Amino acid sequence: MQSTPLRRLAAASLAAALSAAALTGCGSSGDSGSGPAELTYWAWAPGMDKVAELWNKENPDIQVTVKKQASGDDLVTKILTAAKAGEAPDLVQAEYQALPTLVSGDVLADISDEVKDAGKAFPAGVWQQVTLGSDAVYALPQDSGPMMFYYREDLFEQYGLEVPGTWQEFADTARELKKQAPDKALTTFSSNDSGLFAGLAQQAGAKWWTTSGEQWKVGIDDAATRKVADFWGGLVEEGAIDNQPMYTPAWNKAMNTGEQLAWVSAVWAPGTLTTAAPDTKGKWAMAPLPQWDASKERTGSWGGSTTGVSRDCDHPEAAAEFATWLNTDPEALAALVKEGGIYPAATAAQTGGALAEPPAFFANQPDFYTEAAEIAKTTAPAAWGPNVNVAYGTFKDEFGKAAKSKKAEAFATALESMHRATVADLTKQGFGVAG
Amino acid sequence: MSATVAPGPRDTRYPPGARAGSPVSRPAGARRRPGRLVPTAVLLLGAVYCLLPVAWVLVAATKSGRELFSTFTFLPGSGFADNLTDLSAYRDGVYWRWMANSAFYSGLGALLSTAVSALSGYTLAVHRFRGREAVFNVLLAGVLMPPVILAVPQYLLMAEAGLADSYLSVLLPSILSPYGVYLARIYAAAAVPADLVEASRMDGAGEWRIFRAIALPMMLPGLVTVFLFQFVAVWNNFLLPYIMLGDDEKFPVTLGLYTLLQQGSNTPALYTLVITGALLAIVPLIALFLLIQRFWSLDLLSGAVKS
Repeated sequence: MQSTPLRRLAAASLAAALSAAALTGCGSSGDSGSGPAELTYWAWAPGMDKVAELWNKENPDIQVTVKKQASGDDLVTKILTAAKAGEAPDLVQAEYQALPTLVSGDVLADISDEVKDAGKAFPAGVWQQVTLGSDAVYALPQDSGPMMFYYREDLFEQYGLEVPGTWQEFADTARELKKQAPDKALTTFSSNDSGLFAGLAQQAGAKWWTTSGEQWKVGIDDAATRKVADFWGGLVEEGAIDNQPMYTPAWNKAMNTGEQLAWVSAVWAPGTLTTAAPDTKGKWAMAPLPQWDASKERTGSWGGSTTGVSRDCDHPEAAAEFATWLNTDPEALAALVKEGGIYPAATAAQTGGALAEPPAFFANQPDFYTEAAEIAKTTAPAAWGPNVNVAYGTFKDEFGKAAKSKKAEAFATALESMHRATVADLTKQGFGVAG
Repeated sequence: MSATVAPGPRDTRYPPGARAGSPVSRPAGARRRPGRLVPTAVLLLGAVYCLLPVAWVLVAATKSGRELFSTFTFLPGSGFADNLTDLSAYRDGVYWRWMANSAFYSGLGALLSTAVSALSGYTLAVHRFRGREAVFNVLLAGVLMPPVILAVPQYLLMAEAGLADSYLSVLLPSILSPYGVYLARIYAAAAVPADLVEASRMDGAGEWRIFRAIALPMMLPGLVTVFLFQFVAVWNNFLLPYIMLGDDEKFPVTLGLYTLLQQGSNTPALYTLVITGALLAIVPLIALFLLIQRFWSLDLLSGAVKS
């Protein structure tokens, strides 16, 4: 009687151990020379498995298995760790700003021979981000996030506001609104998403990381970025705009109730607004980002990702072939738009087809994607380095403090700290840093 | 999720104020009152602190995407059934697969871990052998070592053994729990009298039989504790499976929900699904606690730890 539960426990333990051993029998499926090329693909875009399914059906000799991952900086770390152990997947989805990190970590293979002239399919400013300004090609652009200006059409009309064409007009609009309705704000300066600030700096012509010879040159505290920081710092200091971060419940509420009238965002904003401000459907409109120089239309990018081939891949040609199909083939891109809700980086796919209709939330703006495609063409080149994560981390801390202090000079100090921290980290990592 | 391990039972055993500053020498009277009130208030505050997030999850899981951020925080919404349906429908019900994986990692991991802990804890407590204290000290050092910093080295080892991205890669590290062995040893030392072991030997029982038939039943309440601790630890573990696993079919629920949150900057996070998923993910833990509670004697545990 006494020993029954024990015996059961022991038996259960043993059975469990045995079944665990059986489960892992097929742990490592090695690639043999014959048979189809088996490729694994770490991606986070929703519905990517369904798009790969289309490919697998038509290409029995190259079979792609999508393993869905969580996006973000952690994924970059995970890929770097896996690559160190020689276990990196054949294909990875990576954000543009992560590419230098992955290249300097020896994760991504140069696929310039395999993809040949795929570059023509993409805007120059986007293509430059996957070549890192060299002759190599480290990934193919998948989606892009050209930045735009979103505003409440109805409220702009109510307060008699014009859609700003330049940042000067943007500032005037913010002041004008504050004068008419002190409890409302045009927008907010948010310190919790570094990508937004990076995109604004990119529009202004900033080049945060450049190489000269074997050395990196950090330009975070350059004239263009300082101009952007001073501009937003000034608006926050005079109280023309809010200083609270976005993507918080409070921000959602402000967007939903019209407390904030505009949002500097990117092409994917309709999706975000659908969940953040469900009651404002059909009340928004999209316009090009305000300009620094009205004669030279420019925009930055916020978000977007690429498809890279890892050096652990046994079939780089097959992988590159799949990546090229995925990001340039009309059928593949249409499926990506439909299943994943992405905005394709390839110019030809940005109008017509799946993007002929405006997003449901913007039904009032029928030419949404035609205009978006025009804006996408003006994407300024961006320059990323191997420690974007450090720069982004410092941005959040330092600009968070600056926004809270509501002092324009704090913004300039924050930018300096961001610059210093980035240079210090590069040096610590053993990169040569010039200047 | 760990909020479910609320230190509830303990509070009822010590009347408030019994431990806090009521020395015998001091005359009883007016001084006692504030002494009673303050600890009660502090405990109440602690309870609110622990339970409020749980209440939030509970309420938020009933809200539809539309209501989530636009209605009052603690006002129940109308979308719980829809949230459940959506969660079950998401990528052909992959959520339930994650739950099953979690149950597998935690259940089997905790079971094996308990078996290993029982055996080694008993051995360390009852048998005298050279190097026993050294082994125990190494074990203590292991208790102090946060498992987080071991994850990457463990991954590199697993990859070396060709086990990366397999069920075993998550299961194996969960089996050895220094804390479990430590608890089992302390518990065995307190619950299994040396005389009894000696007497059994005299009667001719073998060592294995003594352990199995005599020591194990006496250690059972302690082992249930070890099982529960380990189960909760594995269930809530994030970093180890995150590093080990690339295949989302093998993900535990913690990782799975994370992929719903981080879908890339152009896709909004699926908050309603994540919240509903998180709520459902604590249900098995609560059920387990209720089920095993009768085996679980906290008195014995706390007595053992103190000795």
